[in-house]
Amino acid sequence: MSTVAAGFERARGIVPRPRGVWGFVLRRVLLGLLTLFLVSIVVFAATQTLPGDAARAFLGRNATPESLATLRKQLHLNEPVVSQYLHWLGGIFRGDLGNSLTGSQQPVTSVIGARIENSGVLMLIAAVISVPLSIALGAIAARRRDGVFDHTTSIVLLALAALPEFVTAILLVVLLGTSLFHFLPPVSLIPPGGHPWNYPKELVLPVIALVFAVTPYIARIMRASMIEVLESDYVEMARLKGLREQTVLWRHALPNGIAPAIQVIALNLAYLAGGIVVVEFVFAYPGIGRAFVGAVHNRDLPTVQALGILIAAAYVFLNVAADVATILVSPRLRTSLK
Amino acid sequence: MTPPVLEVVGLRVEVEGRGDDIVDDISFAIGAGEVLGLVGESGSGKSTVGLALLGHTRRGARITGGEVRVEGRDILGLSPAGLRGLRGKTVSYVPQDPASALNPALRIRTQLEEVLETHAFGDSRAARAARMREMLEEVLLPSDDGFLRRYPHQLSGGQQQRVGLAMAFACRPRVIVLDEPTTGLDVTTQAHVLSTVRDLCSAHGVAALYVSHDLAVVATLADRVAVMYAGRIVENGPERVLFRAAAHPYTRRLVEAIPEMSGRHALEGIAGTAPRPGQRADGCFFAPRCTYAVEACTIELPPLEQSGEGHFVRCVRHAEISALGVSERRPAPELPEPDTATTLVSVRGLDAWHGDRQFLFGIDLSVLPRQCVALVGESGSGKTTLARCIAGLHRDFKGELALYGKPLAAGARARSRDDRRRLQYIFQSPYSSLNPRKTIAQIVSQPLGLFFDLDHRETHERVVATLERVRLNPSAMTRYPHELSGGERQRVAIARALAAEPTLLVCDEITSALDVSVQAAIIDLIAELQREMKLGLLFVTHNLALIRTIAEEVAVMNAGRIVERGKVEDVLASPQDAYTKALLADTPSMELALAAGA
Repeated sequence: MSTVAAGFERARGIVPRPRGVWGFVLRRVLLGLLTLFLVSIVVFAATQTLPGDAARAFLGRNATPESLATLRKQLHLNEPVVSQYLHWLGGIFRGDLGNSLTGSQQPVTSVIGARIENSGVLMLIAAVISVPLSIALGAIAARRRDGVFDHTTSIVLLALAALPEFVTAILLVVLLGTSLFHFLPPVSLIPPGGHPWNYPKELVLPVIALVFAVTPYIARIMRASMIEVLESDYVEMARLKGLREQTVLWRHALPNGIAPAIQVIALNLAYLAGGIVVVEFVFAYPGIGRAFVGAVHNRDLPTVQALGILIAAAYVFLNVAADVATILVSPRLRTSLK
Repeated sequence: MTPPVLEVVGLRVEVEGRGDDIVDDISFAIGAGEVLGLVGESGSGKSTVGLALLGHTRRGARITGGEVRVEGRDILGLSPAGLRGLRGKTVSYVPQDPASALNPALRIRTQLEEVLETHAFGDSRAARAARMREMLEEVLLPSDDGFLRRYPHQLSGGQQQRVGLAMAFACRPRVIVLDEPTTGLDVTTQAHVLSTVRDLCSAHGVAALYVSHDLAVVATLADRVAVMYAGRIVENGPERVLFRAAAHPYTRRLVEAIPEMSGRHALEGIAGTAPRPGQRADGCFFAPRCTYAVEACTIELPPLEQSGEGHFVRCVRHAEISALGVSERRPAPELPEPDTATTLVSVRGLDAWHGDRQFLFGIDLSVLPRQCVALVGESGSGKTTLARCIAGLHRDFKGELALYGKPLAAGARARSRDDRRRLQYIFQSPYSSLNPRKTIAQIVSQPLGLFFDLDHRETHERVVATLERVRLNPSAMTRYPHELSGGERQRVAIARALAAEPTLLVCDEITSALDVSVQAAIIDLIAELQREMKLGLLFVTHNLALIRTIAEEVAVMNAGRIVERGKVEDVLASPQDAYTKALLADTPSMELALAAGA
């Protein structure tokens, strides 16, 4: 046995392994933090390899060598890569993501702060609508398997899944915003400093586009898992006990049907965090998606890095939450942790 | 005579849309406190009948005719709400597999409470809680809060089935349907559950329908027995009459297929298969497989005729056949004399682990050439682990293992090609041991390609010869496993093992997934192969009656140790170990049941 492995063997004996549900949650959170740490290295390395020099990109072709040198110093570009990374990482923990390289040189936090709020509201509304909607659609389709409802939802959802979200978004604009009807604003003009919840009409189309992007997947997995559950012996037994159909569905079938869908829900919500870029672009919605596109365009490295980490953090958080939720709805898994 | 609690008249269940009958012309009655055993092989429609008593059918089936009268009221005409009020309250159901019939996400308390709640049993929550605890005590389960807080997976199989019983008896039903409730349980657990069922039914005057494929279990429990074949009741009568002097040829063949511990009977299978819904021709459905069939049998389905006091038979020759009396059982052919000059396989001081847990402790065992050694014990006793160690499928063990006196490596990969060829393993379930994507010819020729240098023609000839050996028609070669019946699939698995020309066959519960008549045919085949091919057999089973027919020596396992070893006759006649005695006492036996009642 190698010495490293022997060391692990020893460590396993000495360090008590946290047990139970909370031990599991703790382990998952620690693993999530480790993932984020690795992501931060990748994000940093990726932005380092972007062609061109940030200082020159910012100051333009006519910059004097002196001003370039000053800016490089200010951005710590002269230091070794590792110390640049550590400086940046330390900044994250202090809530200092550096200054934006665009015009006003505001702190990144204040540049993207409002954008995060806008996108967050958009995502939250989309999630709050699409998750229960898709669970309900899937469950009802499973309950009325091979019926009209099942076939209709199945065709519509397949069609939605097949269309990329920018196509659905443009169709929505054409249908409800510009050519056919004029109910809703085709672009979401939320002025800087305004809160999105004060502009409900501006939110409708982007939310619908996101709901359309996410619902088909969750609904389909939900349908499949509910069909399996509805055919199970315990659901038949529940009916043979004389329980009302509602009790059978809500108490016996749904909790067991949701468990396999949770991972898919988490993946789709995480996808929202990235997919939002395209939808925001179509509607010119002032969220992180547009901020991201703009920052890459302007070589605004601190902003790109900050947003990269943010989206990665959303993925990690949602996956950890999904693992914990799966454990919580499956007693067999929960008790096996004890 | 009091009117029966349950009366079924002319019940018919069809395949939805096609109109083919799954079961038809089903009529019987059960009185208060009476247990009717409904026996039949898989696909005979016995579970369909059981579920119809609750007005329920599985997906794709529909009740289209007849009446199910509970205390005089036909329940088939009830509205959905009326049926809900009936189910679990007046007619209740105990499922086959308690592990899958209890909801894994709900605590035992919730699952028990909801039956009482939904039927508004008692006046208050407190009354229902009291009833729940009373029920748990009646089925001999703990009734404390700690137990009620548990989830199904935290209970043993026997406890799960007791929860099922508590649920079924909770609202004091008039009729109870038990659908093979002990199939997955060990004999000891089964014996306890059966005695609980019997006590509860007689104490509360419940009319019980006990659905089962196991005639020995039915014999120990039922007052009357109805035998189903291809969706019809072919015979219905008092238990003693039916098992002693059956008047239907099918019943007689079923009885002859049951292994008994008292003597070495030949087990005789029934050739052919039962016709499925939609393939049932005119005439008696059993006629094509019946040795008593005459021309009249093929013209129309015989009606259920009275043959004696409370005894009904669906056979044109029932008078002659019942006059035959108790069927004479042929003695089994002599077992081959083992070759004592060498030892085929020997195991000494074997300890085995699964992870950190030790499962086998100091096992000593040997099999001689041409000898059949049975390994018996309950689930978890370690018998399969031992078989897998010998076959090289489980490597985590310490101890000596030798083949013809030469040490045998742990794990099949570490063994020589010849060692691997000599030891062949047949798995429990033929439904999962055959690759569904390969034809039968490909499956059987696989070991030929591994162990022998044969050209295409020779391989083909060997496959044909091997299939004929296991009495399969070579026309099966181009078919896939799912096109075959369970018995045929197990024959393919045996053929695959034989193709390697082994000297030891390890048979791991090879008949436990099969019907009794199919089991009889497989056992008959294995015994014949052993005689003709001079094979050594390690026969793993939980069925003590089976070893009487096939094995020469037996090793009884309990909790990872061999507690008793000896000649089969000696061990069965005078067991020495307390565990063996308990196991024998708990094994349901038709003969004992009949003797006790006589």
